[in-house]
Amino acid sequence: MNMRQMPALETRNLNLHYGTNHALKNISLGISENFVVALIGPSGCGKSTYLRLFNRMNDMIDGVKIDGDVLFNGKDIYKSNLRVEHVRKKIGMVFQKPNPFPKTIFENVAYGLKVNGVSNKKFIEETVEKSLKQAALWEEVKDTLKKSALALSGGQQQRLCIARALAVEPSVLLMDEPASALDPLSSSKIEELIYELKKKYTILIVTHNMQQAARVSDKTAFFYLGQLIEYDDTKQIFINPKEERTQNYITGRFG
Amino acid sequence: MNGSSTLLPVSETTEKNRSPFSFSREAYVVTREKVVHAILMLCALVSVFTTLGIILVLLFQTIEFFKEVPIINFLTDTQWTPLFQDKHFGIMPLLSGTLLTSLIALSVSVPLGLIIAIYLSEYAPSFLRKLLKPFLEVLAGIPTIVYGYFALITVTPLLQNIFPSLSGFNALSPGIVMGIMILPLVTSLSEDALRMVPKGLREGGYALGASKLQVSLSIVFPSAFSGIVASVILAFSRAIGETMIVAIAAGQLPNLTANPLQPVATMTSYIVQVSQGDTPYGTLAYNTIFAVAITLFIFTFLLNIISFRLRKKYFSMGGD
Repeated sequence: MNMRQMPALETRNLNLHYGTNHALKNISLGISENFVVALIGPSGCGKSTYLRLFNRMNDMIDGVKIDGDVLFNGKDIYKSNLRVEHVRKKIGMVFQKPNPFPKTIFENVAYGLKVNGVSNKKFIEETVEKSLKQAALWEEVKDTLKKSALALSGGQQQRLCIARALAVEPSVLLMDEPASALDPLSSSKIEELIYELKKKYTILIVTHNMQQAARVSDKTAFFYLGQLIEYDDTKQIFINPKEERTQNYITGRFG
Repeated sequence: MNGSSTLLPVSETTEKNRSPFSFSREAYVVTREKVVHAILMLCALVSVFTTLGIILVLLFQTIEFFKEVPIINFLTDTQWTPLFQDKHFGIMPLLSGTLLTSLIALSVSVPLGLIIAIYLSEYAPSFLRKLLKPFLEVLAGIPTIVYGYFALITVTPLLQNIFPSLSGFNALSPGIVMGIMILPLVTSLSEDALRMVPKGLREGGYALGASKLQVSLSIVFPSAFSGIVASVILAFSRAIGETMIVAIAAGQLPNLTANPLQPVATMTSYIVQVSQGDTPYGTLAYNTIFAVAITLFIFTFLLNIISFRLRKKYFSMGGD
């Protein structure tokens, strides 16, 4: 645990309000590069809201007020002159429900490149192939790239969404319960994928599945009622948590 | 169990000390439900019978018409002069007039309507949307006769400044005004279609670094496409059936032309002309309006079916 190094993502004294609802309370947390951090906690505790801070997805909700610092490689993504599109390109996101665009498989993966101004056909083709391979989907779709993405199964769609996010070469991946809408087999494929991806990316993952959190993450943050209760190495959190509330949640006594 | 004569007293006496499982109370409720059901069904059937009645009347009179005029003349003759000495019964001039005015209307309402719809659904803050929508819907509430005079007295003279060769009655002016009239239809149905696009798709676009315009045009718009096409077709059908505006401002002159600066007659305005004139009932000239009406009916009916199909397809896949 080398804390000298600048964290890839960090929040300091972060507070977020939805209107009068104080959804995140004074959260300070740093995430080192190439770590997988799991955010756990009961529904409505603010972990998805926290995740969405980092690619400014909360901006689209009316009445959101954010105080404190949200840093990406040391730069505040809200206060500095970083363009929101640039932040989102560097910090990719995979959603709970697979959300492929109603376009072909190829167009889905190429979309992020095209909106970011890439027009070199050869480069786009190579990137699409590379991204689909990284997302462990290439073998299944290489002959049907021109077909609609909506024809894929749920698990394939989710891997397509991961490939789509990887194509714009982010350094961070935010994953909001990426396997919760999938069957166990597809879910375990996504987990294997996260295991592969953590070699290259910093990953922040929200999950309700304790085994999943324990299996894939290096560190775990437990959120409860908008507060960060405990943040430590995953082993520590699951074997010997400092807080009783963490213990109770992990062992299923509430939440 | 079904003593209907005892219903009233029973319901009165049981009001005070009724048990929920009182036998006669139950009979009363069952009968009442049946009566209500029957009344409601009769009301619903009125619309079915009305439609059937209209189709039958149209059909019988049209058959009378085609006993005297071969259908091939009706479809291929290029003149429509049933009220003159030299009678011709070609539907084409009326069809061209109808399509010309309708297409002008669409060329106004589709681009403008879609831009407004995208603005309202993707860009406008909610307070502005709540303010703007009622204004748009007022457009739909203006009587078409007012639109007609607006076309004739205001829009035509304005256009004559631009096109000096524009005749006092023409296809262009009522076409444009009709476009304004169907604007709320295009806008509101397209906006519905755009707003039905799941939020997750928009977020997926934003998460890849797309701008608002890119998300609106390359994700939301294509996803709502079938719903938008349905709204355009419905607006087309509405324009084809529109009567008052074209009857007042287009000139009622059956004229096989694609020139919007000339006067034309549409199917609807011809029907107005005959049914208000002194054409005797039962004559061939009189029966022409039924042949025209059924042509009009077939057009709007087909367009409505296509629109309905597309909307159904859209809603079955768009729901989140």
